[in-house]
Amino acid sequence: MTELAQDKMTTLREFMAEVSQKQYADSYLIAVLHKAQELFGYLPREVMDEVAETLQIPTAHIWGVATFYHYFNLEPIGRHVISVCMGTACFVKGAQQVLDVLKKELNVEVGKTTGDMLFTLQEARCLGACGIAPLIMIDDKIYGELDAKKTVDIINQYRKAAAEPQKGT
Amino acid sequence: MRDKKFKLTLCDGTSCIHNQSKALQQALQAELQRHNLTEAVSVHLSGCLGMCSKGPILIVNPGYILYGRVRVEDIPEIVESHLVHNKAVTRLIITEDHLYNRFFRIFGDVDFFGKQMRIALRNCGIIDPENIDDYLSLRGYEALAKALETMTPQQVIAEVKQSGLRGRGGAGFPSGLKWEFTANQDGDEKYVICNADEGDPGAFMDRSAIEGDPHTVLEGMLIAGYAIGASKGIIYIRAEYPLAIKRLEKAIVAAREHGLLGEKILGSDFSFDIEIRLGAGAFVCGEETALIHSIEGHRGMPRPRPPYPSVVGLFGKPTLINNVETWASIPVIILDGANWFGTVGTETSKGTKVFAVAGRVHNTGLVEVPMGTTLREIIYDICGGIPGGRAFKAVQTGGPSGGCLPEAYLDTEIDYESLAKAGSIMGSGGMIVIDEDSCMVSLARFFLEFTQDESCGKCTPCREGTKRMYEILTRISEGNGQDGDIEKLERLGKMIQRSSLCGLGQSAPNPVLSTLKNFRDEYEEHIQSKTCRAGQCAALLSYTVNEKCVGCGACRRVCPVDAVEGTRKEMHRILQDKCIRCGQCYDACKFDAITKA
Repeated sequence: MTELAQDKMTTLREFMAEVSQKQYADSYLIAVLHKAQELFGYLPREVMDEVAETLQIPTAHIWGVATFYHYFNLEPIGRHVISVCMGTACFVKGAQQVLDVLKKELNVEVGKTTGDMLFTLQEARCLGACGIAPLIMIDDKIYGELDAKKTVDIINQYRKAAAEPQKGT
Repeated sequence: MRDKKFKLTLCDGTSCIHNQSKALQQALQAELQRHNLTEAVSVHLSGCLGMCSKGPILIVNPGYILYGRVRVEDIPEIVESHLVHNKAVTRLIITEDHLYNRFFRIFGDVDFFGKQMRIALRNCGIIDPENIDDYLSLRGYEALAKALETMTPQQVIAEVKQSGLRGRGGAGFPSGLKWEFTANQDGDEKYVICNADEGDPGAFMDRSAIEGDPHTVLEGMLIAGYAIGASKGIIYIRAEYPLAIKRLEKAIVAAREHGLLGEKILGSDFSFDIEIRLGAGAFVCGEETALIHSIEGHRGMPRPRPPYPSVVGLFGKPTLINNVETWASIPVIILDGANWFGTVGTETSKGTKVFAVAGRVHNTGLVEVPMGTTLREIIYDICGGIPGGRAFKAVQTGGPSGGCLPEAYLDTEIDYESLAKAGSIMGSGGMIVIDEDSCMVSLARFFLEFTQDESCGKCTPCREGTKRMYEILTRISEGNGQDGDIEKLERLGKMIQRSSLCGLGQSAPNPVLSTLKNFRDEYEEHIQSKTCRAGQCAALLSYTVNEKCVGCGACRRVCPVDAVEGTRKEMHRILQDKCIRCGQCYDACKFDAITKA
């Protein structure tokens, strides 16, 4: 494990130590998985094994939980996660077209990450911003009232930002 | 305050005259002169306001302050206090200052708001959700104080029962009964849960309610905690709602700092605290027993009921679960009273309901209306109708558990019963408006795609049945429908409704069954003549070049399968056996020369 990953592991261990003190500590499993995903971006196998050992919960149960919920990623994800809202309102207003454009532009299938690890393409159930359908969410940012061209423009902005040398920060 | 201009209106109808409005007018003029206010204040007489039992009536504007039963002796006080010091004389104000009125006063004259009545969302858009003082200033936590100081737990439950409030999460179970069942269980350890796992695609009431007014949810839960004897509350919210989570966290911290959460709240013996637990993207977790399993750290799968959570709930203890909107209505019921709440709504469904209106309407967004409002009022009056002059086709209520209602039901007065009778459900409040450009088969397929994917897999009818229905719908929309498919869908649908374990499965066939009932001809067209009148099912479309073609070649260049042929400046042609109906030529043509049929 790299130094950075060790740091993250330490943070996760502290979090687990904290919840272990609480009543019904087992019930915090999902919270621990959320924390792990927040730190690592996905749920790596070795992290799960450590969670199993620390919380004394069988790995099989943890994997059962992790695979049940859509929110958890079991594979590494790209730098930006694109979630295409496929809720009813977006569907009615042309989300499929937006998704098709993204698939073509990024050359990936849903759930997969581009070769350069820049984008992961996901479908989302409903992002709850139906007033501006159809929409996508890139990381925490919402882009609404999309069509094919606007979608490609947005992707290109992210590509441009990624290609530029890091300024300031 | 002398520069402030006031406009006084004195009712001069027969009843008010009888009650001495003339004498009031004289007293008023005299008093204004005494304070040298005759320039700054104008006095008008009005015709009958119709509120004769409260006469004589004096209205002070700006401010819409309505004084009733005003006597000559009150005039000096009104002038001195209100007109000089700008402090309304509260004892004389006709008090129908229900919590929702505040909203109406601010927004009531805008069409979009005019027919709305906001109870659950009363503070949304008015207060700063991250500032507890804002909430406090609008009678926030006053209901909690009232319950703790003047009511016994039994009285609180009786009030909620009497109000007729029913669960806003979808099923519409009477909230008061649920409270009573939980309160009647023995044991010190009980739980109050707020279900904020809003998973219906197209619904965002709970997110907005929490983002706009998080404290009201906390207050509702606190009141319930006191009523049923619980000391712990949990809010189960979707991880996909980061802003709502942040505001809740902030609200909880602020409430603790103000002594509104924690030990000995407001100096009483009541202690209560609230914790947030995150969901992780599983639709079925909106079902209460699945939600409990998820909080316990398991896969979110439902279990058979009874026992209901009010008996055996979280960690095996009695648990009271209500939806966000239900919680937000509680403080109003306690403050304004069950009697008032009962005046809003229909015979069986009291109060208001929040709908998230989306799809093909002008004003998409959140709408809170009294029960009994018609679908037409919501779609046309409040939401401004359908854009582009297109024709209304259907409205889908209740999300993946609900149904599609055609035009004939537009004048249905909405309540739990009427929607069920029409073949849909209230659900959590999603409302999607569909126009002639949407295909009902695709829409049904869309919902089934959702439910078969979200089925937790525990019981066979839901796990296998929804998949088979989805397959049949897929083949119909791809032009491979067979005779008997419609009957098969109906048989499967009814079987799944009857034999599934939880609400997800029991309601999963609704979108298909209701579209079959109301739009059967569209299914028949897809199967028999392989056409989709909305032009949405790609496999059933064909593209042809019409006489507007100038031979520019744009379509030929974009076609990914070389299905367009033609020479420059001559009319082109689409080879139907090669065409994959991707529609790119249609989008590329600048001359409207490609016909989609």
